[in-house]
Amino acid sequence: MQILSAVLVLGILGFVFGAVLSFASKKFEVKVDPMIEQTLELLPGANCGGCGYPGCAGFAEAIVKKGEAATLCPVISSINRKKIEDLLGLNKISAPDKKPVVKAALVKCNGLDSDEYKKFEYMGVPNCQAAVLLQNGPWLCPHRCMGLGSCATACPFDAIKINQKHLPEIDEEKCVACGKCLLACPKQLIEMVDKEKTVHVKCNSTDRGAETRKVCKVGCIGCGLCVKVCAYDAIKVENNLARIEYEKCVGCGACVAKCPQHTIIMENRPGFKGRVAVVDEEVCIGCTICYKVCKFSAINGGTPKEKHSIFPGKCVGCGLCAEKCPKKCIKMVDKA
Amino acid sequence: MGAELISIFIVAIFIENVVLSQVLGLCPFIGVSSKIDSAVGMGLAVTFVLLMASVVTWSVQNFILVPLQLEYLQTISFILIIAALVQFVEMVVKKTAPALYQSLGVFLPLITTNCAVLGISLINIKKGYNLIEATVNAGGAGLGFFFALLIMAGIRERLDISELPETMKGAPIAFVTAGLLATAFMGFSGLV
Repeated sequence: MQILSAVLVLGILGFVFGAVLSFASKKFEVKVDPMIEQTLELLPGANCGGCGYPGCAGFAEAIVKKGEAATLCPVISSINRKKIEDLLGLNKISAPDKKPVVKAALVKCNGLDSDEYKKFEYMGVPNCQAAVLLQNGPWLCPHRCMGLGSCATACPFDAIKINQKHLPEIDEEKCVACGKCLLACPKQLIEMVDKEKTVHVKCNSTDRGAETRKVCKVGCIGCGLCVKVCAYDAIKVENNLARIEYEKCVGCGACVAKCPQHTIIMENRPGFKGRVAVVDEEVCIGCTICYKVCKFSAINGGTPKEKHSIFPGKCVGCGLCAEKCPKKCIKMVDKA
Repeated sequence: MGAELISIFIVAIFIENVVLSQVLGLCPFIGVSSKIDSAVGMGLAVTFVLLMASVVTWSVQNFILVPLQLEYLQTISFILIIAALVQFVEMVVKKTAPALYQSLGVFLPLITTNCAVLGISLINIKKGYNLIEATVNAGGAGLGFFFALLIMAGIRERLDISELPETMKGAPIAFVTAGLLATAFMGFSGLV
């Protein structure tokens, strides 16, 4: 009897509350813009606040009502972002060829690892800030990455690993360019760079060439050879340090091949020695466009209808001729 | 009668402060106390829900559970009541007072599982209060929670801009502050 009344009372209470709530949810229903709900579903739902709004719900409302850009969300996948833009009809208005720049972190250090580049063996607290306090770190080069992984600890997306050479490796798949690692690095070695770009100057040393040479074999000495070889005017040397202007860089790799210190690298291509143009003489009509466009006098033939050929010694592999050739008869091939 | 009610009210606010001496509802006390704005919102929402919940739970206890000799179902039915009540209040506020919902709404779901609300409802029954006394006690407890949260938020806003050792930043210093506040509130014992 006791148990029956207990079950009944709780059951009835539950039922009454359930009924009241379901009635209230109809009676007091507030119409929300369905676009906001759909947008909210497409957002990651982590409520991280990275966009600057209180949670994903607040951000969804701002997207729909204030026309805020979905790109403010650092975590959203490109597929979902596109879906949101489709939902709001934004893609029809904005220029279709302008694709958003997706950035990822880049560590500007090629750091050598062997003991001859160390002042001492650091045995202290394993984080970069602590190491910097002691004699500006254990490495000879005052700009070298500490390699103790403060950036990896700061990364909320597990996108940074410290490799065997005591350098951080960025997993570009995981990196969302949130910028936490930038703040964590005491040497300011990390920069956010367009993910698509593959050629990078892996050094941050503004010391004079002679000084850099003493402490590092792969540091930028500011010689300026890269500036001369760049057909796209995309490299500048300031304060003894080469800097790539990524808006102009096409990733031809001419500077990578030329750099005497191997400071400039081509991503994921460790043995890259540069490229060279090759003319397919059967297709070539001798239009002289490539001859005119080459900034390095590396193309033979200025008289019309004469088939062109390349002087391999002069060609830097910039690819301007291949791009301009109306017959597409110039191919860029990797140097062996 | 009046003096007794005032005494219950004062005791509930200061001497038996729901957070600082009964250690109930610590989650929002630490979680929502980083800004004064949100602390005020949360404090008002808790006070509001406490008042409503204690009236309803007292009625259920005395009109349903006691006559049927089901006092042992107190805790579970109170949890049910509070959760349903908060949901209901949220819906009503959202519909009828959008401005109020903007400032209180986000906190209401947090209160569903706030143990301060359940705790005060149970204490009302345990101390054998009548309906008026229970309501006054709940109102006092809510105000006490509001004050504690407001003081904490004020201190934490200052802590944010002061120089602290790296290890103490954030939650650690908040806990130390909470401990000191609780010690300070012990000074109120003996007031009534």
